[in-house]
Amino acid sequence: MPEEKNITGSCTINNGAVFKDGEQLFENKGIDLQHFLLSVYQHFQLNYPKFYKMDSLSKLGWLASEILLKSGFGKENYQSEEVGLVLANSNSSLDSDSKYFDTVKDIASPSLFVYTLPNIVIGEICIRNHFKGEHAFFIQDTFDALFIEKQVNYLLDRDILKACICGWVDVLEQDYKVVLFLVEKQKNEHSLLFSAENMCNIFNNSKGI
Amino acid sequence: MSGIDKTHELNVFVVADNVLTPLGKTTAENFDNLKQSISAVKQHNDANISLQSFYASVFDHDESFIKNNTHSFTKFEQLLIGSAADAIACSGIDMKDKKTILIISSTKGNISLLETESYNTELKKRIALSTSAKLVASYFGCINQPIVISNACISGIVAIITGMRLLRSGQYENAVIVGADVISKFILSGFASFQALSTNICKPFDKLRDGLNLGEGAGTIIFSTNKKYAQNIKVLGGSISNDANHISGPSRTGKELSYAISKSLKDSRLSSKDIDFISAHGTATVYNDEMEASAITLSDLQTVPLNSLKSYYGHTLGAAGLIESIISIQSLKEGLVLPSPGFKEVGVTNPVNVNTSLLSINANNFLKTASGFGGCNAAAVFGK
Repeated sequence: MPEEKNITGSCTINNGAVFKDGEQLFENKGIDLQHFLLSVYQHFQLNYPKFYKMDSLSKLGWLASEILLKSGFGKENYQSEEVGLVLANSNSSLDSDSKYFDTVKDIASPSLFVYTLPNIVIGEICIRNHFKGEHAFFIQDTFDALFIEKQVNYLLDRDILKACICGWVDVLEQDYKVVLFLVEKQKNEHSLLFSAENMCNIFNNSKGI
Repeated sequence: MSGIDKTHELNVFVVADNVLTPLGKTTAENFDNLKQSISAVKQHNDANISLQSFYASVFDHDESFIKNNTHSFTKFEQLLIGSAADAIACSGIDMKDKKTILIISSTKGNISLLETESYNTELKKRIALSTSAKLVASYFGCINQPIVISNACISGIVAIITGMRLLRSGQYENAVIVGADVISKFILSGFASFQALSTNICKPFDKLRDGLNLGEGAGTIIFSTNKKYAQNIKVLGGSISNDANHISGPSRTGKELSYAISKSLKDSRLSSKDIDFISAHGTATVYNDEMEASAITLSDLQTVPLNSLKSYYGHTLGAAGLIESIISIQSLKEGLVLPSPGFKEVGVTNPVNVNTSLLSINANNFLKTASGFGGCNAAAVFGK
């Protein structure tokens, strides 16, 4: 039988609020997305100049990954190749695609063009944390927890990965939602069994475990 | 330790395939043209795509890919359907079976609609890859919701690996994997802004290489675990890695692609000496080819005959991993490794064995590699 896997942490950023492991850590409602993302960056006292160059999708995913991994993740327990990501969304990189295409009429911007791929957010999280393992970006109409569960199970059951960040990161103009889960074989004081049902519960109540 | 005993995992056989490019509408048509060293990359003057002339592999404007386009499918969707329909017809696989899964790979899908349509809520939905996937799935009467992969230039290999794993683990019996991308102003302007486009037909791994060509097309590969296909070529293994170095530039060392290669060999229960030829990503940009050659050398594969199909097709983005794997499967069947036209003198620090003539070879296994923006790398192994 495959070993049990656990959700050892989660982070949700949605509707002007940030939740980690079920607890609301920050709220700043009623401002536009760019200012909100910057306020999250400042509130958590993050220091990473590359953040300012990122598009909204990467900022959103990167912020959630920082908060997810900020405490309780034993990075030293893993080799670079043992940590990976499985992410999905519905709007791919359309938010940046339209911004890039606006520049084409004048001078096409290479710094915007690079963000016209949804997997760039995975690259940003990998660069920050030196994660070099398996990863994939899927496009789904809505969050398909069962599919994500099976993908992550395959990777962890066969020791392709030992820890995996999975979940949803989507943005289009002012609509956004990110919910990331940290999946490991070990448990901690607030971990939940890794299952589609538990991911769905966290995803839908937008609070996290 | 994990409890999965890999020795009992199912074999995944290649049932049928299709390559749909300006060089032909079937794999056979394409391979016949490739054997004669015919390239689809030509100089174009098309103000709808670029104000400057450019080298690319693109279809004629009046080219049609399906017989009756009664559903107003876009060019992207027509390519997916046209390519998949041929492979499905050859395979006898039942698309309506709940044991069959459809997997779609693309980097930019319907993005060209941004260039011609007004940007509103309706258009945003029309551009979404899930919309195209649903249209294609319903065209073929699929029961299962299709899987869509968009992971830059490794999308096609990620789709192959995803399909292989879904079948190995018994979730489905058949996987129809189809990838396509269309070249438009959006994509061409982006690569031009990176100064990544060659001013001629590209020259992978050559000393004088100066960038890539873009190309459009589609590829379909159908996998099955059904033992009635046991004599067919198999997909033996695959792996994905990330450079964790730079979002638009590859690793300086090639260690991470080499890691994906060694993991895919291990997954295939093979070693580097079992690989008879390599279908490289070989985009002909300075940095990609340099990194890839380093990775191949680190994997002890530097003497193995290698080609890049980019000087025939350009870089077909989300279709590249599929098209290039399928052509290489044909090479395996016919015992013929294609040359890389335009290659004269090795221009990478770690020399690799770039094939320059149609090489007759008794081959059992080949390696396919790919890399892309976001620091992604992928490798897959196919064999008899």
